[in-house]
Amino acid sequence: MKLLTLLVDGIAYGMVLFVLASGLSVTLGLMNVINLAHGAFAMAGGYAAVVLMQKAGLPFIWTLPAAFVLTALAGAVLERLLYRPIYAKSHLDQVMFSIGLVFMAVAGIDYLMGSTQQFIQLPGWLQGRFDIAGVAVGRYRLFVIVLCGLLAFGLQWGFTRTRFGSRLRAAVDDARVARGLGIPVHALFAFTFALGSGLAGLGGVLGVELLGLDPSFPLKFMIYFLVVVTVGGTSTITGPFLAAMLLGIADVAGKYFIPQVGAFIIYALMVVLLLLRPDGLFARQRT
Amino acid sequence: MLNDRIRARLAASRRWHPAEFVLWGLALAAVFLLPRQLLILNEIAILALFAISLDLILGYAGLVSLGHAAFLGVGAYAAGLLAIHVTADPLAGLAFGTLAAALAGLVTCPLVLKGNDLTRLMVTLGISMLLLELANSFGSITGGADGLQGITMAPLLGLFEFDLMGRTAYLYSLAVLFLLFLLARRIVHSPFGLSLRAIRDNPLRAAAAGVPATRRLTAVYTLAAAYAGAAGALLAQTTQFVSLDVLAFHRSADLMLVLIIGGAGYLYGGIIGALAFKILQDAIATVTPQYWQFWIGLLLVLFVLGGREILHGGVMALVRRGAALFSRRRKAP
Amino acid sequence: MKKRTFLGLGGAALAAMLAIGGAQAQDAIKIGLILPMTGPFASTGKQISAAVNLYLQEKGATVAGRKIEVILKDDTGVADVTKRLAQELIVNDKVTAIAGFGLTPLALATAPLATQGKTPMVVMSAATGIIPDTSPYIVRTSQVVAQIVVPFAEWAAKNNIKNVMTLVSNYGPGIDVEKFFSEAFFAAGGKAENMRVPLQNPDFSPFLQRVADAKPEALLVFVPSGVGAQFMKQFVERGLDKSGIRLIATGDLTDDDILNGMGDVALGVVTAHHYSAAHDSPENKAFVAAFRKANNGLRPNFMAVSGYDGMHALVEGLKKTNGQGGEALVNAMKGLSWTSPRGPISIDPETRDIVQNVYIRKVERVGGELYNVEFATIPNVKNPARGK
Repeated sequence: MKLLTLLVDGIAYGMVLFVLASGLSVTLGLMNVINLAHGAFAMAGGYAAVVLMQKAGLPFIWTLPAAFVLTALAGAVLERLLYRPIYAKSHLDQVMFSIGLVFMAVAGIDYLMGSTQQFIQLPGWLQGRFDIAGVAVGRYRLFVIVLCGLLAFGLQWGFTRTRFGSRLRAAVDDARVARGLGIPVHALFAFTFALGSGLAGLGGVLGVELLGLDPSFPLKFMIYFLVVVTVGGTSTITGPFLAAMLLGIADVAGKYFIPQVGAFIIYALMVVLLLLRPDGLFARQRT
Repeated sequence: MLNDRIRARLAASRRWHPAEFVLWGLALAAVFLLPRQLLILNEIAILALFAISLDLILGYAGLVSLGHAAFLGVGAYAAGLLAIHVTADPLAGLAFGTLAAALAGLVTCPLVLKGNDLTRLMVTLGISMLLLELANSFGSITGGADGLQGITMAPLLGLFEFDLMGRTAYLYSLAVLFLLFLLARRIVHSPFGLSLRAIRDNPLRAAAAGVPATRRLTAVYTLAAAYAGAAGALLAQTTQFVSLDVLAFHRSADLMLVLIIGGAGYLYGGIIGALAFKILQDAIATVTPQYWQFWIGLLLVLFVLGGREILHGGVMALVRRGAALFSRRRKAP
Repeated sequence: MKKRTFLGLGGAALAAMLAIGGAQAQDAIKIGLILPMTGPFASTGKQISAAVNLYLQEKGATVAGRKIEVILKDDTGVADVTKRLAQELIVNDKVTAIAGFGLTPLALATAPLATQGKTPMVVMSAATGIIPDTSPYIVRTSQVVAQIVVPFAEWAAKNNIKNVMTLVSNYGPGIDVEKFFSEAFFAAGGKAENMRVPLQNPDFSPFLQRVADAKPEALLVFVPSGVGAQFMKQFVERGLDKSGIRLIATGDLTDDDILNGMGDVALGVVTAHHYSAAHDSPENKAFVAAFRKANNGLRPNFMAVSGYDGMHALVEGLKKTNGQGGEALVNAMKGLSWTSPRGPISIDPETRDIVQNVYIRKVERVGGELYNVEFATIPNVKNPARGK
C-alpha cells in the first residue's frame, strides 16, 4: 500500500513535469526552435495565478484557465514580435536569444514581485488526502494526475487525429510544400507556439504547490524540462509523457529506497537512457 | 601539386594578422596601463582559456557541450588537492590539473560521441552534474559544500609571489593562455584541424575520404578537456580556493554564452566573448547589483536580433582600416 | 565563421581600456558589502542590504566627521567572483572593512584575503562553525549553527522527546545541524536517526514517506529558508501533522520573510532561533516598524537583523578607533555588547563570534498574521562547537 502511495506521488510529480515540458517539446520538435525561455512562461503563469488570487481574489480553480490564456496570449505576442525573426537563425543564436529572455524575465519578476517565495492557498477540497481502498492519496496530487492525464490525452488526439494536427505535421515536415498546398504555415506556428506557452503557464500554476515559485524558477527547472524532452524525444507527445512519468517515479522511488544517492538518480538515469536510445525513448524514425 | 596547394593554404591561414599583435600587445600592456583591473583581467584570461577549450570542440569539431564545467572542475580540484597534499608549486599543479582533466575527457568521450546534438548536450550536462554530486558526497576529500580550503601557492618559478593586486596572477594566466592559444592555433591550422572541420561539415564525406572520425574526435575532445583543466587549475591557484560551483551548470551555460557572443570557430571568439561578457557584467553590476541580469539579457536579445550585424560591420571596418594603415606604414620606408 | 575572424578585436580591447575604475573622495569611510543580490539566495541579500541602509539612515552615517559609504556588490553565488570583488574593494576602493557573505564557501574563500589585507570582515549571514577561525580579522554577527541546535537538543530532551529523526539539506550548514544536534541529543539521553536530502530537491514526498515509516517522536528539519514552505506543505498534505510526529526545526524553516505566506500549515511548529520579528521589546518594535516602512511592508527576518547588528558593530568600533580600520577596528569590535532588536548580544572577545540568546518559539496567529512567538529563552549562548 505504501508503494502505491509512493507511485501516486511519483506520477503526480512526473505529470507536472510533463505539462511544464510539453510546450518545450512542441516548439523544439515541431518547429525546430530551441526555446530555453520556456521556463519563463511557466513562471509567468505561476505569478499570474498568485496575483489573481491575492489581488483579485479569484478562486484557485479559475486561475488555471486564466493563467493558460494569459501566457498563451503573451506567447502569441512574443512569437510575432521576437521569435519569428529567429526561426531562421542558428541553434546557437536561439540559445543566446532565449537565455537573454530568461535573464530579463528573472530580473523583471524580481523587480516587480520581489525575490521571496510566492504562495497560493489551495481550496479546502484539494487539501489533505483520502483513502482509496487503503491507499492514502493526496487530493491535490490526484487532481494534478487527472487534469494532466486529460491534457496529455487531448494533446495526443489533437496532433494525430485532427485536421489541425495533420496540417501542423505537414508544415513541419516541409514548410515550403505545405505553404504551396495553401496551409497557413505562419499562423499554424504562431498558434502552436501560443499553445506551448499556455501549457507552460498552466504547468507553472500547478507547480507552485509542488515545486515552489520564486524569480529563479526558469533557471532552476530548465534542466528538468530539457531532461524530459531529450529522454522522451521530440517527435511525439507520448514520448515526453512517458519519460516524465518514468523520471518522476524513478526519482521518488530512488529517493525513498536509497536516499543516500538521492540527487544522482535523475542524472544517472538520463545518461543511461540517452546512451541506450540517443534519439529519445520513442523516436520516430526520420528518413 | 594538390599537396603544395594545401600546404600553401595552411601556411596562409597560419599567417598573423596585425590586429592579433595589437590584441596581445594590449593584453601585456594592461599590466602597466590598468594596474587596478588586473584581478578581473585575470578572471577574463581564465574564462577565455576555458572558452577556447569549448571552441576546439564546438567550433572546429561541431561537438556541443552543456557540461564543460566538468573538466574545469576536475582541473581545479586536482590542482587544489595537489597544492594541499603534495607540492605548492604552481606549475606542477597546472600540469597535474591539465592531465587529470585530459584523462577525464578521454574516459567520458565514448559517452559523448554517441547520439545527436541534443543528446550530447544532455549527456555532457548529466556527467557534470554527476561529478558535482560526487564532489559534494566526498566531502572529506573535496571539502564538500564548504569548499576546499587551505590552498597556499608557492611563488611562481620560485620568484614571483601571488600578490594582492593580482599582478602575478594575471601575468601567469595570460602566459598560460598565450602559450595554449599558440598551440591551439597551430593545431587547428594543421591537417588534423582540417580533418576535424571536414568531420564537422560532412561526416559521411569525411568518412569516405578515409578520415578516422572517432579517433580524431576523441583526440580533440581530450585536448579540449585538458585546456579546460588548465583553466580550472589556474582558477584554483589564483583564487587559492575551490568550491563546488566550479562544476555547476551555470558555468557551462555562461561559457556557452561567452563563446556564442564572440563567435565560434576562430579561437579569438572565446577571448573576445570573455572580455565582452565579463566587462559588461562587471560594469552593469556596479551600477545595479540587483538587476544587472536584466540588462545583460536585453543586450543578448538585441545582439541576436540584429545588433551583431551592426557591431560586426563597424568593427570589421575599423580593423580593415587599421590593417591598411599598418601595412602602408610598413611599406613606406 | 571565418569572416568573423577579427570581430571586435579592437572594440573589445578599447572596452578593456575604458573599464571603469572610479576615484572617490578620500575622506569617506568605505565599507564593501558583498551579498547575493541575484539567484536563489537573492532574498538574503535584499534583507541584509535593506537593514544596512536602515541603520545608516537611523543612526547617522558619520563617524569622526567622516561619512560612511557602503559599496554594494553582487556575489553572483560564485566563490572566485566573491573573492575577486573583495580583493578589488580592498585594493582599489581602499575600503575600511568588508561585510556581508551569504554562503559559507564564499566567506571561506575570502577569509585569507582579510588576513592578507589586514581588513576587518564582518560576516552577516554564513553560519558554519569554523568561519571566524579562518582569519583573525573576521567578526560574525549572524549565528552559528551549533549555537542554535545544541541548546535546542537539550531543550527537546527535557521536554519528553526521546527519539528524533533529523532531515537536513545535504550541504555545509545542514550537515552541521545533523552533527551537533545528534551529539547533543545523545549526550542528553536521546536517540537520533539521520537523513539527508539533496539541496536541489523539489519534491519531499519520498523522504516524508520514510519519516512516516520510522514514526519518530519528533522530526528535526533544516532546509534553506525558501524551500521550507514546500516542505511544510507536503508535511501537512501527507497528514504527518496529525500522526503524532512533532515537527521541530531551526528558525530557517519558518523564516519571517515567508512565514505569513505559508498559511495555516505552519501553525504550531516549534522552532529554535536567535531572532523573531515578534520578539517583545521596544527596540524590536521600533526596528520592525521602521524596516517595514522603508521597504514596502516587507517583514525583517534574521538576515536583516544580522545586517543591522553588523553595521552597529562596525560603527561602534569605528567610533572607538576614530575611523581607523585594520587590527584596531577588530580589537574595538571585540567585546562590544548592546541590546539588539533580537535581545542582548555581544561579540565574544576571544572567538569574535556572536554571543546571543536562543529562543524557542511556536508559530501562532497574532493580529491576523503568522509569527514565531517566543516562549522559552536560553540566555547568552556561545558557540559550543569551539575547540571540538
